[in-house]
Amino acid sequence: MTGHVVPVSIGRKPPPRPPRQDAFGENIFVIDQSRCIGCNACVQACEECGTHRGHSMIHLDEVDRAASTQTAPMVCMHCEDPTCAEVCPTDAIKQNEDGVVQSSLKPRCIGCSNCVLACPFGVPKYVSEFDQMMKCDMCYDRSSVGLKPMCASVCPSEALWFGTPEEFAATRQGTLVNEWWFGNQYVATKVHTVADAPGSIDVTAGDGERPWQDDPFGLNEMASGE
Amino acid sequence: MPLTEQELVARYGPHLNQEPPGGWNAGVEADREVKTHCCFCGQQCGIKLKVKDDEVVGFEPWYEFPFNQGKLCPKGVKRYLQNAHPDRLLDPLERDPGSVDGFRTVSWDHALDRTVNEIRRIQQAHGQDSFAMLSGVSLNNEKSYMIGKFARLALGTANLDYNGRLCMVSAGVANKKALGIDRASNPWSDIPLAEVVFVIGANIAECAPITTSWIWRARDNGAKLIFADPRVTPAARTADLFLGLRPGTDSALLGAMLHVLIERDWLDHDFIDNHTTGFEAAAEAVKDHTPRWAEGVTGVPAGRIEQAAEWWGTSKTGMLLHARGLEHHTKGVENVWACINLGLATGKYGKPGCGVTTITGQGNGQGGREHGHKCEQLPGNRDITNPEHRAYVASVWGCEVDEIPGKGLTAQEIVEAIHRGEIKGLLSICFNPVVSLPDTRFTKEALDKLEFYAIIDFFLPETGFHADIVLPGSLHEEDEGTSTSLEGRVIKLNPSKSPPGNARLDWEILCDLARRLGKGKYFPYSSSREMFDELRVASKGGSADYYGITWERIEQELGVFWPCPEEGHPGIRRLYEGGLFYTEDGRGRFNPVRYRPPAEVVDTDYPVWLTTGRVVSQYLSGTQTRRIGPLVAQYPEPLCEIHPNLAGRHGIETGDQVRVTSRRGSMTLPARVVSTIRPDTIFIPYHWAGNRAANQLTNRALDPLSKIPEFKVSAVRLERVGPPGSAVIDEREMDLVEPKEEP
Repeated sequence: MTGHVVPVSIGRKPPPRPPRQDAFGENIFVIDQSRCIGCNACVQACEECGTHRGHSMIHLDEVDRAASTQTAPMVCMHCEDPTCAEVCPTDAIKQNEDGVVQSSLKPRCIGCSNCVLACPFGVPKYVSEFDQMMKCDMCYDRSSVGLKPMCASVCPSEALWFGTPEEFAATRQGTLVNEWWFGNQYVATKVHTVADAPGSIDVTAGDGERPWQDDPFGLNEMASGE
Repeated sequence: MPLTEQELVARYGPHLNQEPPGGWNAGVEADREVKTHCCFCGQQCGIKLKVKDDEVVGFEPWYEFPFNQGKLCPKGVKRYLQNAHPDRLLDPLERDPGSVDGFRTVSWDHALDRTVNEIRRIQQAHGQDSFAMLSGVSLNNEKSYMIGKFARLALGTANLDYNGRLCMVSAGVANKKALGIDRASNPWSDIPLAEVVFVIGANIAECAPITTSWIWRARDNGAKLIFADPRVTPAARTADLFLGLRPGTDSALLGAMLHVLIERDWLDHDFIDNHTTGFEAAAEAVKDHTPRWAEGVTGVPAGRIEQAAEWWGTSKTGMLLHARGLEHHTKGVENVWACINLGLATGKYGKPGCGVTTITGQGNGQGGREHGHKCEQLPGNRDITNPEHRAYVASVWGCEVDEIPGKGLTAQEIVEAIHRGEIKGLLSICFNPVVSLPDTRFTKEALDKLEFYAIIDFFLPETGFHADIVLPGSLHEEDEGTSTSLEGRVIKLNPSKSPPGNARLDWEILCDLARRLGKGKYFPYSSSREMFDELRVASKGGSADYYGITWERIEQELGVFWPCPEEGHPGIRRLYEGGLFYTEDGRGRFNPVRYRPPAEVVDTDYPVWLTTGRVVSQYLSGTQTRRIGPLVAQYPEPLCEIHPNLAGRHGIETGDQVRVTSRRGSMTLPARVVSTIRPDTIFIPYHWAGNRAANQLTNRALDPLSKIPEFKVSAVRLERVGPPGSAVIDEREMDLVEPKEEP
């Protein structure tokens, strides 16, 4: 054998972090609920983000576990005109110039939960331990220095995804959606979700192309003697 | 033992580590990041561990590693919490009936001398093979190799086997006999090139989560996805075609698919003629396996079986992936052969996007099954009964051929020999048999009969209750070495820290034992690198040839695939290119597979099928993951999945306590009523110990060729015991109080 020194990692310093930059840059954040496998990697990783410190800001819900293994992850959609900030009586919710809507500012937040009730996506949560609203901030300590948010870094199925629209178009299927109507309220968001085609969205996977889903074990299919 | 099992758990854990060292707000800045790999599961995802002052304090995604590109499942995310853990064993322990702790702390000299004296005493009284060793396949390649050498030359016993015997050993046997080599057929980058991806018996979303992204890439390219499983698992939910088969009927389903391929002539005749043998016998075996017949056996509608056969048979490319759901059977080898037959019949081998492969489960499940800690094996996946193989390995080891014992017993057979009183002493490492072996009561009875039992581990596993000596070993992140991922990619594990307290590296402990046994000349190692370089030579010319792989190459190339016979060789990523197999005649072998029933079938006393498996937040017997708070919070205890039709007949609702009884034992646990499981089948995950162990119920029946136990099929009885017990609370939700309603 050669006498080369093995390039083990001990003693290596982490590379210097790049200077601050626009959190999204050329990138978009995409949620595709149909790909979610409910593994909770996003939930576990969110609380590992340097500024989240043990508090996960992401929502991951079972849609109806009795009927399906479908789960739905939800990060803050980062509205262009954030309703949460508009309804805040103390102006505690700030939007950065790059479009990231932050958690409430602790000195200003009075814990009234106006934002919790007003958000059309149900994202902000009042956290009693800190008496303030906390929510997804797109891992600002990471995204503002060119790193992907934690959830989109770890997501095993790429249900949560961070990259350029060109990469998405080249590698993924579906139509990106970031405009919404809630009654008469129009909302445009920095975060995108995915639809099979333009039009209304069914975030569950039951899209009619997989008829087995209505009868996974073929109970009716076999009973009918087909 | 003066303590109950519960008291021992209270003293030694599992306790939960919830936060990084110093707490979330300690503001610890890592002083370095170490590129290494996750220790949980065969995917071996790249990960960077953050280290501060010889302690692991967190993780950072490693985006450049090609397999997972930064992706991790929750186990990988929280893996760092097994460090700085209050349960960590820091000193050797000796069983002490007079101690309130059950054990007393002893010196290394005392612990090792006692162990050596007991080994000698037992072997002198009862013969060399009366002392056995059980090893684990979460160990790196270097340790797997040296343990094979340690048991044969230092202990001088034939009875060494490993817990891969509980994992994918049936696939290994089937692959070697049919294809001449035991490795994944393809790199995972072939999956997105497939027009059809057929997954059978693999809960990919929970047991190999990153593989989901490779399958989705295939779907993004337009592939059709077929899943066969008794449950609509999270990944199966998105399948284009779902085959919800009854446990234990895989070979009926696959046989019917082959029947349809033949009947409709969806065959690759050129491939069959030029690159295979045995087609006629395989065809004859499934002559009567019609889809209509298979519907009755499997419970899968005949139309869906025909559809699956059509997609597989008429697509140009296709990948078939299988795992424990197919392999944990008394016909595990036959089930894998039935998959291989589908691949050979349609020529789906050795081409981009074509292959049939197991998804290896355990951390080093691939590399750990190649270098000699299996009872029938020598390094390089050589045969311990083959005189040429023995002579070559003896020349590498510098021993007489006769010093290498013959073939020994497999893992479950070792425990049965202990129960019969034939094996009197045991050394185990990285193996928790009271959780992982079938029929827990039998396993405990056996371990209680041992005259002497020593274990090497970093935490005290539940099996430690039966140990006389406990030797504190090392965690994955404390040693340097290599492992081999489920793709067949040899990768580098870099150390982040040193073992705490008086704990030592596993291989140093074994070298020390070898010296005290008078066999130190065979174990002169001062680093694990020396073991790897010896492994390279020992594997040279074997079917698992690592000779051309160096630690430098692995780091520079982000992994090297074996076989790699020379240093300038690139390593073979896709096996069987050009239709060349590793058998003596270079042809792939069809094997005739006729369906036969599992060892135990349902009857009026035990009318429900039980199948077992994993959840995404736990790993194997839970020695590590049941000590990580956030993972325990995610799925705190085993739940019994029951279809609403079956639950309704017993008046069972979600959360109710139910009793499940088999011929081996009984357990009570909460019900989870879901229509995502077959109405005739229940599911219990197996990661827990004591009265929460699913293996209290499972059957010790073994596959005749591979000796893998039939974990996946038992017959049980189901009863409602009562309403929910203590509520299961997800601690992470407790702070998130819902806002009050506006008046």
